[in-house]
Amino acid sequence: MAPQLAIVSIFFFWPAGQALYQSLLSQDAFGTSVQFVGGENFERLWNDSTYLASFKITAIFSILVSVLGLSSSLLLAVLANRVVAGASVYRSLLIWPYAVAPAIAGVIWLFLFAPSVGVVTHVLREWGLAWNPLLDGNHAMALIVMAAVWKQISYNVLFFLAGLQSIPKSLIEAAAIDGAGPWRRFWTVVFPLLSPTAFFLLVINIIYAFFDTFAVVDAATHGGPGRDTAILVYKVYYDGFKALDLGGSAAQSVILMAIVIGLTVVQFRFIERRVHY
Amino acid sequence: MIRTGLPALSTLLTATRRATGVLSTLASTLTAAIVMGFAAPAAAEVEVQWWHSMGGALGEWVNGLAKDFNDSQKEFKVVPTFKGTYDESMTAAIAAFRAGNAPHILQVFEVGTATMMASKGVVVPVGKVMKDAGEKFDPSAYVPAVAGYYTSPKGEMLSLPFNSSTTIFWFNKDAFKAAGIDTARPPTTWPEVALAAAKLKATGHKCPFTTSWETWTQLESFSAWHNVEFATKRNGFNGLDTRLAFNTPLHVRHIENLANMSKQGLFVYKGRGGAGDAPFISGECAMTTGSSAMYANVKRNAKFAFGAATLPYYPDVTGAPQNTIIGGASLWVMSGKKAEEYRAVAAFFSYLSKADVQAKSHQTTGYLPITMAAFEMTEKSGFYKANPGTDIAVNQMIRKTTDKSRGIRLGNFVQIRAIMDEELEQIWAGKKSAKEGLDEAVKRGNEQLERFESANKS
Repeated sequence: MAPQLAIVSIFFFWPAGQALYQSLLSQDAFGTSVQFVGGENFERLWNDSTYLASFKITAIFSILVSVLGLSSSLLLAVLANRVVAGASVYRSLLIWPYAVAPAIAGVIWLFLFAPSVGVVTHVLREWGLAWNPLLDGNHAMALIVMAAVWKQISYNVLFFLAGLQSIPKSLIEAAAIDGAGPWRRFWTVVFPLLSPTAFFLLVINIIYAFFDTFAVVDAATHGGPGRDTAILVYKVYYDGFKALDLGGSAAQSVILMAIVIGLTVVQFRFIERRVHY
Repeated sequence: MIRTGLPALSTLLTATRRATGVLSTLASTLTAAIVMGFAAPAAAEVEVQWWHSMGGALGEWVNGLAKDFNDSQKEFKVVPTFKGTYDESMTAAIAAFRAGNAPHILQVFEVGTATMMASKGVVVPVGKVMKDAGEKFDPSAYVPAVAGYYTSPKGEMLSLPFNSSTTIFWFNKDAFKAAGIDTARPPTTWPEVALAAAKLKATGHKCPFTTSWETWTQLESFSAWHNVEFATKRNGFNGLDTRLAFNTPLHVRHIENLANMSKQGLFVYKGRGGAGDAPFISGECAMTTGSSAMYANVKRNAKFAFGAATLPYYPDVTGAPQNTIIGGASLWVMSGKKAEEYRAVAAFFSYLSKADVQAKSHQTTGYLPITMAAFEMTEKSGFYKANPGTDIAVNQMIRKTTDKSRGIRLGNFVQIRAIMDEELEQIWAGKKSAKEGLDEAVKRGNEQLERFESANKS
């Protein structure tokens, strides 16, 4: 057996299998009474209206994070690529946020936007906007989207920059000689050549938004107000690690896994066709 | 129930801790192995592990207790370990129990009580530990409202009350003076709170009233304080088939009043958990309802004259005010350990229950005295006279409790509290009426109770 296969088995297939197995069990916190309950955990989720509502919230969140994250990092990467003096300083600064743990990213944004002490809140109030993510669901959503996007921008910029630099200068120059302006050069030459990178990042960003963002939510909003920012993965984390309901949490992670596998397959079948390698 | 004022900060700490947790566990296992390997023959002391959730000044208090006990005799040694917030140390203990190396003593917060009680074979009742070790143990020496909470339906004391607090009313005397409110007569009823809030607002105060632990102060303790049921079956004490009951007209009336106050800017919501503590201590909010264990923090950090008073009530409700409900944590003894280790635990618990140790703990931390003797000793020493406000919580608790006010013991309580938070937020935001929100919270909470009941049926 190839070593890669062993690693994938230990770190992916085994835990995934465990989750699948536990999703069929009902057990108390200490595991002293474990019962096989079949699909009961899934049935309960199906009957839980708040769980179904969090699909919509997750979709909104993931789309916002992916679209805003990819577009802003593409813009930053293109700009950073044009910088002549001090390029490495700019690049280092752009990559910096990636080293910050998600929970800390959440806290930083929480402090900036905290209703009573936040600096940004103060400015927004000056402009006449009553910013209150504690009670306004849209404000809370904006807060976690910003934190999640900011956290992922570095990673995206890194790949976009690498992609941009691998585009042969001669192609762009040829287009320029043919009279194409910067805008046209970007969309007809640069962007198609960047599409493999963009596609890769789209897949990664969606997986990130689905799986990796619970710490941001936990730190910034706790899923509130109400359940307005309770994305699916936050509930998995909360039910499993705070509420100690392992069966229910496992069932949710199985569902989440199915969704992400489904989305990835869709992306490869339909979007990849438009990618030029 | 002292927790850091900013929930964000604790989450930040959590994240860092989680990263280092694995390493430190590894390191401590290694150390333990080395100690056992080389030092075992020489050391005659029986060592017991104590996992707790007391950080900062309270951590020093816990370490001090263990040290004093260890110095007081040569036979036993208690090793306290900070394991993070309450829910983190519980999760850690569960993982350790499943792996077969749970600590001897575990500090569990009050909302985890039902989970601990329902998990069969996980814990050894404190009463049994004391009896087997031949230590003197008299459950009636403990403050009834505190001990009753940790006693099984059969009357057996299951865990040792350790740090208990209750809900009280805090106010900023300087802000009161500025608004022309008599600081000697703080509001005692909810109509008076609204009146005081209106006066504060009229003088330009931005946050007249806020609250910490909204579910604990505004629904759980509120119910006991008015001698009405929060949940059926004596608030869950009499069985797992309990169901929530906090959508009565009285509850709806109170939450509606708060929602109206919120609309008028008299009540400002500052977030879940203890998030309301910080705005009071910073002086931003003039009044709050929160934990009595906030005392040490307020005393150290508030730059204004502060006062404490009993939790407000509705004067037209018969039976009000009754008593309030405890928060905080107790010490549980885990199963599967050696007999001499249980003797060590029993000796330590006896030490903790001594009147002078108790009285000192009560006076330094602001937690409630656990035994009547400690309360009397503190009273005699003149502590309450010298520190006005410190006796509020004690007086609220040292009363004869009723079946409706003894405490609340529900399974899946962590989730139920989150559900109540979610629904209350929708009420404060004006998305739901008080009735709609409370009905929904009862309905969703009952689903959790049904699940707990069926999961623990066997």
